Amino acid sequence: MQRMLARTGHARVDELFAAIPAALRLARALKVPEGRSEQEVFQHLATLAAQNEHAQAGPWFLGGGSYAHFLPSAVDALVSRAEFTTSYTPYQAEISQGTLQAVFEWQSMLCALSGLDVTNASMYDGASATAEAALMAMRVTRRRKVAVAAGLHPHYRQVLETYLAGLGASLVTLSRGSDGRSAPAADALDDDTACLVLQQPSFLGSIEDLRAAADAAHACGALLVVGVAEALSLALLEAPGALGADIVCGEAQSFGVPLAFGGPHLGFLAARSAQLRQLPGRLVGQTVDADGRRGFVLTLSAREQHIRRERATSNICTNQGLCLLMATVYLALLGRRGLRELAELNLAKAEYAKSRVRQTRGLTLPLAAPSFNEFVIGLEGPAGRALERARSKGIVAGLDLAPFAPELGPCVLFCTTELASRESIDRAIALLAGVAS
Amino acid sequence: MSANAVPGLAFEEALLFERSRPGRRGAELPASDVPRVDARALLGGLVRDDLPGLPELSEVDVVRHFTRLSTWNAAVDLGLYPLGSCTMKYNPKLNERVARLPGFAAAHPFSPAQHVQGLLALFHELEGLLAEIAGMDRVTLQPAAGAQGELAGIMMIRAYHEARGEKRSKVLVPDSAHGTNPASAALNGYQVVSVASGPDGILHPEAVAAAMDAQVAALMVTNPNTLGLFERHIAEICEIVHARGGLVYGDGANLNALLGIARPGDMGIDVMHMNLHKTFSTPHGGGGPGAGPVAVKQMLAPHLPVPLVARSRSGGFEWRSDLPGTIGRLHGQHGNVGMLVRAYTYILSLGAEGLRRCSEMAVLNANYLLARLAGTFHVPYPGTVMHECVLSDRNLAETGVTTLDVAKRLIDHGYHPPTIYFPLIVPGALMIEPTESESLEGLDRFADALLAIAEEARSEPETVRSAPHRTRLRRLDETLAARKPVLRWQPDDSSR
Repeated sequence: MQRMLARTGHARVDELFAAIPAALRLARALKVPEGRSEQEVFQHLATLAAQNEHAQAGPWFLGGGSYAHFLPSAVDALVSRAEFTTSYTPYQAEISQGTLQAVFEWQSMLCALSGLDVTNASMYDGASATAEAALMAMRVTRRRKVAVAAGLHPHYRQVLETYLAGLGASLVTLSRGSDGRSAPAADALDDDTACLVLQQPSFLGSIEDLRAAADAAHACGALLVVGVAEALSLALLEAPGALGADIVCGEAQSFGVPLAFGGPHLGFLAARSAQLRQLPGRLVGQTVDADGRRGFVLTLSAREQHIRRERATSNICTNQGLCLLMATVYLALLGRRGLRELAELNLAKAEYAKSRVRQTRGLTLPLAAPSFNEFVIGLEGPAGRALERARSKGIVAGLDLAPFAPELGPCVLFCTTELASRESIDRAIALLAGVAS
Repeated sequence: MSANAVPGLAFEEALLFERSRPGRRGAELPASDVPRVDARALLGGLVRDDLPGLPELSEVDVVRHFTRLSTWNAAVDLGLYPLGSCTMKYNPKLNERVARLPGFAAAHPFSPAQHVQGLLALFHELEGLLAEIAGMDRVTLQPAAGAQGELAGIMMIRAYHEARGEKRSKVLVPDSAHGTNPASAALNGYQVVSVASGPDGILHPEAVAAAMDAQVAALMVTNPNTLGLFERHIAEICEIVHARGGLVYGDGANLNALLGIARPGDMGIDVMHMNLHKTFSTPHGGGGPGAGPVAVKQMLAPHLPVPLVARSRSGGFEWRSDLPGTIGRLHGQHGNVGMLVRAYTYILSLGAEGLRRCSEMAVLNANYLLARLAGTFHVPYPGTVMHECVLSDRNLAETGVTTLDVAKRLIDHGYHPPTIYFPLIVPGALMIEPTESESLEGLDRFADALLAIAEEARSEPETVRSAPHRTRLRRLDETLAARKPVLRWQPDDSSR
């Protein structure tokens, strides 16, 4: 160290900080606990971790935008490779081809799933992707009003409000019909509407009529933005792009990304190529090297903040690279047939659960619209009590909808993925009914 | 050529879609224990036919595919990765292990607070630690990255002024700032006014005073700035902004220079973000995820995003959303929690003394590299730097070799290049941030490589201009990629 200091022309480390005026120097030690050994820190963190309920501990029916799916072993094994984990944004393409090719593969698969032409290299999460989609629609249409279906995830809605607050944009809400689907859109739209934002399936699990929504939006020159919180539904339901969606955005956590208490997850944003220049976020494109061999680079960065500064399409400066890689590996493992079968299995579990609800006294299915792997169960007594009762038996039996849809009365949002066994579904439904008697 | 890297066998690997063979699969599903459902009969036209855009591969196909891809990446675990303002420090393995504990990795954001007390306690403690390190009063952990933190910070500033019945229209941004700063201000509807740095590379009070008026909501400042220089007039500058009712936003991208040495809050900064993926060692993951908690002084606390963790009357922790002045919610749930767990682990491992030592070594390393490279490379702003130094290609002008060429030639020596052509105020900039993770011999090897390249620029300029030569692919045509965008694979694609 003395040798290094001497080379810099200083005698003490302290001198290196001479540019900081004395009055601004911290004259004491930080009030941060003394450093601890790896073993001690691990034990402390393990103690904190043990105080949290989690989806690997027992039957789990809680979804609402964050889904417990089985994670194939190869996902974490591959993503844990330090060449992926400890690299950064692939600005230097020649030594980042691993990351770049994986992103290109993700973009390709998400285009296929969404039915649109272009996808970026991911956004923070489903909520911010939805907000960015609305901002993009405002740029494309040069309009200032955003119509939002009541079925949009309530947190996505809140984030959208936060993002729009400084821009003088207005938000109108498209109400929910009695069967769970959105009411006809025409009334909420006018010639200042930039887009209609609709979630598919809705927060309460209902499958929307996208074609009708697209027709209504397009009739007044607005874009249809389809938000997807359960990305696995894309493997079963018609691609939103094929039904008229102009932008498809949302959350791909279901594709192999851990729940992790809500993040990091994987926001995505797909659009039509005509609107490519208004797309926010990083993009990877194919090119050739000096010998004409195929390779990949970050491209069209003239849209981005590091080039365009205040005129950029967004201020986003990272992507969820590692989560994107998890999803790319996951989709490669499940593949064309596996992903579809998995989606059908999720549907079958939910239909079985619905059939049990129909046979159970005290429980109802308040929404008649078709659903995918999540639906609403009406209870006779307070949902909070029913859920605590189920927890006392080791089952997390859904989401209490009281804060989100009080007009439905006591009910829970019940999600069945492939992890739900028939026996655990039976027990959960009995427990939800039991408290009502 | 230095001995840091030698030629080796690199594997070729096609796209997933080109490797696909009908009928293969890499994951078996469990047999269904519920009645089969005919999706088409149940849902009719809502159902799609097939997923033709997805590949069909075995598990070993997939494992080899991504393992081969991984070998094409440079990474911190392979060697020095001196990207300026990105702080590519070593990411301790303990962080990864801890983040994978099921009580963190499989916890659900909608679990009621009483069932996730360990996580809420961690949030509460991490907020306190970050506030102490930054010299601020309160912290939100929601922002998913530094840029989202900037967005949140500027929103809070807007809310602060609006709560006082003021509507301000401008944000001041120095010309050396990261591009996110003006973009974040614009995303909030503010007009961005650029403030020129002085001839010594730092911001001068007179320049700020001249731009400052009652329409200015905030000044955004990065300290140390992107030239690696400490903004020594920062206290006076903050006073000038405050005197006209403005607030000062701190971009915490370069906080790695200041841990335990000086605190932005003590300088007069009112609100700042911290990049946990830079300063607090969470891995960069090929571009993210990051995490960008925002720390504020008390007067901005009423405008923090919700929900916030608070102590409950029972002695535990609870979520609180009853904050009338809040800017609202910023993240779909609670932020990039996996990154928060890693950063918390890092801070506990280092402790107060370790954090301070980390900044001291980062600054020493940057100055040592600068001393070894100055002269051979032009130093636009001479003097002692903080955690990073900025050089330029000016001394190579007569060779025709540019910063881009030097960067590409470094690859042949086995190094990831520094940040190049940034900050924008230095033509041909090479921005080098070695971090505290590098040893003396590692720094020397890197400096030797750069000096050898400068020499080669004179003796064999064409070799440098056509670099890299030892990578699997040679220099890639970025112009072609932008002119004819190919952004996805398609079955009829014949451009191989």
